[in-house]
Amino acid sequence: MLTVDGVSFSYRGVPVLERVSFSLAEGEMVALLGPNGTGKTTLLRAIDGILRPSAGTVLIESRDAASCSPRERARFFGYVPQRGEQVRLTVFDAVLLGRRPRLGWSVERSDLAIVQSALKGLSLERLSLRYLDELSGGEFQKVLLARAIVQEPRVLLLDEPTSSLDLKNQLEMLATLREIVRGHGVAALLSMHDLNTAFRFADRLLFMKDGAIAGACTPSDASADLVRDVYGIPVEIVRHRGMPMIVPA
Amino acid sequence: MHLEGGRPPAGYDRHIGRKRLFLVALGALCALAFVLSISWGAVSIPPLEVVRALLGGGEPRWRMIVVGIRLPQALAALFAGGALSLAGVAMQSVLRNPLGSPFTLGISNAAAFGAAFSIIALGTGSMQSSAVNAVTIVNPWLTTGVAFASALVCMTVVLAIASVTRGTPDVMVLAGVALSSLFTAGTMFLQYFADDSQLAATVFWTFGDVSRASWRDAPIMGGLLLASFCLFFARRFDLNAIDSGDETALSLGVSAPRIRLEAMVVSSLLASVTVALLGVIGFVGLVSPHMLRRFLGSDHRFLVPGSVLAGGLLLLAADTAARLAFAPRTLPVSVFTAFLGAPVFLALIARRRRP
Repeated sequence: MLTVDGVSFSYRGVPVLERVSFSLAEGEMVALLGPNGTGKTTLLRAIDGILRPSAGTVLIESRDAASCSPRERARFFGYVPQRGEQVRLTVFDAVLLGRRPRLGWSVERSDLAIVQSALKGLSLERLSLRYLDELSGGEFQKVLLARAIVQEPRVLLLDEPTSSLDLKNQLEMLATLREIVRGHGVAALLSMHDLNTAFRFADRLLFMKDGAIAGACTPSDASADLVRDVYGIPVEIVRHRGMPMIVPA
Repeated sequence: MHLEGGRPPAGYDRHIGRKRLFLVALGALCALAFVLSISWGAVSIPPLEVVRALLGGGEPRWRMIVVGIRLPQALAALFAGGALSLAGVAMQSVLRNPLGSPFTLGISNAAAFGAAFSIIALGTGSMQSSAVNAVTIVNPWLTTGVAFASALVCMTVVLAIASVTRGTPDVMVLAGVALSSLFTAGTMFLQYFADDSQLAATVFWTFGDVSRASWRDAPIMGGLLLASFCLFFARRFDLNAIDSGDETALSLGVSAPRIRLEAMVVSSLLASVTVALLGVIGFVGLVSPHMLRRFLGSDHRFLVPGSVLAGGLLLLAADTAARLAFAPRTLPVSVFTAFLGAPVFLALIARRRRP
């Protein structure tokens, strides 16, 4: 569904991404892992078209994303940034903004229904009429995800979507995300720092180091050597109730 | 991806209903202020007679005063207030700066310089040294055109500073102060070389005053306001998206730089036409959007129509007060808007400093 082929990006002459290639299939949830400053956010932005890659192509359903208009791209990709502006809009209206790529002249009842459905799915219903500047960081992060979901994209790109969430909310949000990915046939690429959460929820792991893909595997195939190589610290992989877990050695 | 249809919450319909009701009430207040501003003056005309005259009936003596004298002024106040306020809302949104307005960013003074240049150097206005009709604009198109060109120069600098400094409100306001000073100095420079009557005329002219509007000006201002309103209303979701940041906007399919340029050019045009025809009227573009945001939040679906109504209402009220406060002398409306706007502006700056 999504093919990233040889994508490179430089910022003021300094290479940030170097010939990154991988693909995502329908219904697949892939975790993008790697140390701080390794280019994960840049890669997500380059795929979404916020940044223009200096080389390489992003193919979405066999179409070159670079040839799509911003509106078309917004129908293919739903992007959830790490942070956003908490402006004076209600939660409902902020999520409704996600319908922008699909709106005609005005909002239809069906658009409102889709927003309501997404809010319900993320347990945000009770906050519908609260203003964004009154929300906690975690609540706001869920609103950003809801906005991307109502875009009804083919691929969800999420930049550390659980960084402001407590343990319970992290697990709930990722479970909901997995349900959406599987149930609606979309693909999701999410950058994460918590390896154990990634091992638990992702179908596949993409490890990045110094702007390039250092390795790709399923959680059960991940090796301690790969993790040590990427993060530069010795680790052990132990199994707890059959689930692989990373423990610093 | 397809989401199952849910039912929008009843509370949301009420929430939207309240905002719509607010706009209807604002429209009704605006209509009332319009009639009263025509009704009150040196000669008092009963409001009902005003309505009759506006509908083409009533006594001929009232109709003459209403249609011939007071209606162009009331329309100018309504349109100029709406235009400045709409420009303020758009600038505050695309620059993501609560202190943005044509006046605070120096664009009004830049347009004034352009118009003064056109009047003095290109002879597009004839002048008498009387306070009431200091300058009669002979060629409104050329005057407006030169004012607009000058405003565009200022706007380009504003946009450049916004992109270099990431446009923090404080920096933008300081840039506005510098640009206002620069263009005001330019106007003074022109005045220095003007003869006595030109000097007196341009000094009177720089006080923004709706009483110099004629029947010729109303369609120009009204037409531009209508076209700009339609554009910004069509862009209401884009403006909401830009409020959330350029990256979010782009990920929602909105090209923020393009919309920003478009909004700044149209806002500059709105300010230029107002300045060229009426002079500099400050603070309306700043104050009325802020009053509205208290009731409507940052949702441009309501802010765009609301700003036109609130700006019109504010300038109609200020103009009526300016005419009546020291009757039979009438003050230029810009004096009143400054009395009202400057404290609000200071309060906004003070609030930003609070932890």
